[in-house]
Amino acid sequence: MKVIVCVKQVPDTKGGVKFNADGTLDRAAMLAIMNPDDKAGLEAALRLKDQYQAEVTVLTMGLPKAADVLREAIAMGADKGILVTDRVLGGADTWATSTTIAGAIRNLEYDLIITGRQAIDGDTAQVGPQIAEHLGIPVISYAQDIKIDGDKVVVQRQYDDRYHMLEAKMPCLITALSELNEPRYMTPGGIFDACAAEITTWGRADLKDVDDSNLGLKGSPTKIAKASDKVRKGAGEKVVPESPEDAVSFIAAKLDEKHII
Amino acid sequence: MDFSLSKEHEMARALFKEFAENEAKPIAIEIDETERFPRETVDKMAKYGFLGIPVPKEYGGQGCDPLTYVMCVEELSKVCGTTGVIVSAHTSLCVDPIMTFGTEAQKQKYLVPLAKGEKLGAFGLTEPGAGTDAQGQQTKAVLDGDEWVLNGSKCFITNGKEADVYVIFAVTGKVEKRGKMLKEISAFIVEKGTPGFTFGTKENKMGIRGSATYELIFTDCRIPKENLLGQRGKGFNIAMHTLDGGRIGIAAQALGIAEGALERTIAYTKERKQFGKSIAGFQNTQFQLADMATKVEAAKLLVYQAAMKKAEYTKNPKVSYSVEAAMAKLYAAEVAMEVTTKAVQLHGGYGYIKEYEIERMMRDAKITEIYEGTSEVQRMVISANILK
Repeated sequence: MKVIVCVKQVPDTKGGVKFNADGTLDRAAMLAIMNPDDKAGLEAALRLKDQYQAEVTVLTMGLPKAADVLREAIAMGADKGILVTDRVLGGADTWATSTTIAGAIRNLEYDLIITGRQAIDGDTAQVGPQIAEHLGIPVISYAQDIKIDGDKVVVQRQYDDRYHMLEAKMPCLITALSELNEPRYMTPGGIFDACAAEITTWGRADLKDVDDSNLGLKGSPTKIAKASDKVRKGAGEKVVPESPEDAVSFIAAKLDEKHII
Repeated sequence: MDFSLSKEHEMARALFKEFAENEAKPIAIEIDETERFPRETVDKMAKYGFLGIPVPKEYGGQGCDPLTYVMCVEELSKVCGTTGVIVSAHTSLCVDPIMTFGTEAQKQKYLVPLAKGEKLGAFGLTEPGAGTDAQGQQTKAVLDGDEWVLNGSKCFITNGKEADVYVIFAVTGKVEKRGKMLKEISAFIVEKGTPGFTFGTKENKMGIRGSATYELIFTDCRIPKENLLGQRGKGFNIAMHTLDGGRIGIAAQALGIAEGALERTIAYTKERKQFGKSIAGFQNTQFQLADMATKVEAAKLLVYQAAMKKAEYTKNPKVSYSVEAAMAKLYAAEVAMEVTTKAVQLHGGYGYIKEYEIERMMRDAKITEIYEGTSEVQRMVISANILK
């Protein structure tokens, strides 16, 4: 069984957010982590490795330093890492990104592709399903539990106040939620192996069946009008009510004043 | 000379830090208060290979270098001195001598499960009458057929009762050395559960209260002949070699405690306001913090240097790291005591309250000046080397 996990290096929310002049994120200037939903997807794949000896390949698209998340994934137990990096791919929106990743995956054999539901930087939840669409395979999104049954996957899909049980024949794509599991830690020996491991690096020329017009900033239909860091809250107003009743009256009056209730 | 860490070491530090924050920190107050051995943390550390960091992969270890191991103890000790010493006593005092002096059969039987964390290790040298003076040993081992028979007791044994495998020192005879009759000391591997091997009092300690410190009692305890570790009569050398490595582990623990206290104090002094401004705005605080940070950094360089010297030794056994280890332990332990004491003072009344954890760090720091060779012993080791 061969599993491909797509991971993304995202800005660490503990660090500051920085932007390029064109409104896109200045990823080189920020601290970075593996996107939490992707990490849950990786853990799900590693459990398939533990149980079914699945071969786990991790794939990412990004700047050369995105190789760090691949090394982290290998230190957790993944078998190999592929980095897709090229200047012409920079500034990609979800369409250009999914086109690129699908172009890379066309070079690989797989039974299952797992992506995170969404990345904490863009929060679109579009790339996973788009990759499946490009590759012409079924997609099950928002997975909170994954089981293998012969040549099928059986997935619990989170849905508002309930979940759906869905089956799909492999090959297929699953998008994972961070609630899916608790990702394992790296191991010290795994780290040393990961740093010695060769990361396969692909550029534009290695992408299969893709058109230049669908790549990078130029191939991105999404245009960012404006981007900004989150607005910092002020110090607020501190009140010390004399009783719980006074506190309730004060809050109710404030909510009323702001037309919230 | 390059002082920057490699990619491997940067990643390993991030791993240990994340683990320490998630697993050790949340229970640090509770295990100190209740003197509870943190078995759940030990199990998790075993799962992720933290109990076999410097052991080659062919023996179930992680195949990493001494610096990686040092950073593990350091990061754990930043949030919990108890967790740091559990790893240090297991790795430096039990895993290391079996890895260095064990036969292939002993390595397969003991080193592999110890490195995988399936078993926990401990070390028994100290006795009521023999601490710094190893010649004061009273525990005896007599060969009787195919078995050694142990009688005597050991005290202050870290990981006592919780550990499965113990490296124990005992007198096996007398030898003449430079005209003097000296005790012949040998090392043995003893398993928990061996008839005649029992545990006495659990010590109620000032610090590292979650670590289990027990008296070990041997009463006609029979162990197989093949459990002699290293050559007969080489016990003193094995103990000294082991303690050289152990001192690097304790130096890392002391460094971690000092760093943890400094980090908390920096954060607290920025937050705490007096006379209308944060106390970090007062020059006294600034100068104290500057001194603390400088000493912590110096301690770190000494500890890492000792680890690198031990790494050299693993490639070339002629290299000695004894003095580097002694200097690292002496300095890091004294810095830990000084920094935690100042940290309590800078926290004012809150520093004296358990919830703030600074007082625990001060209590934990004290032992690093005492065990695995007191600061006085480290000065003896260092001066003997520079005056020879």
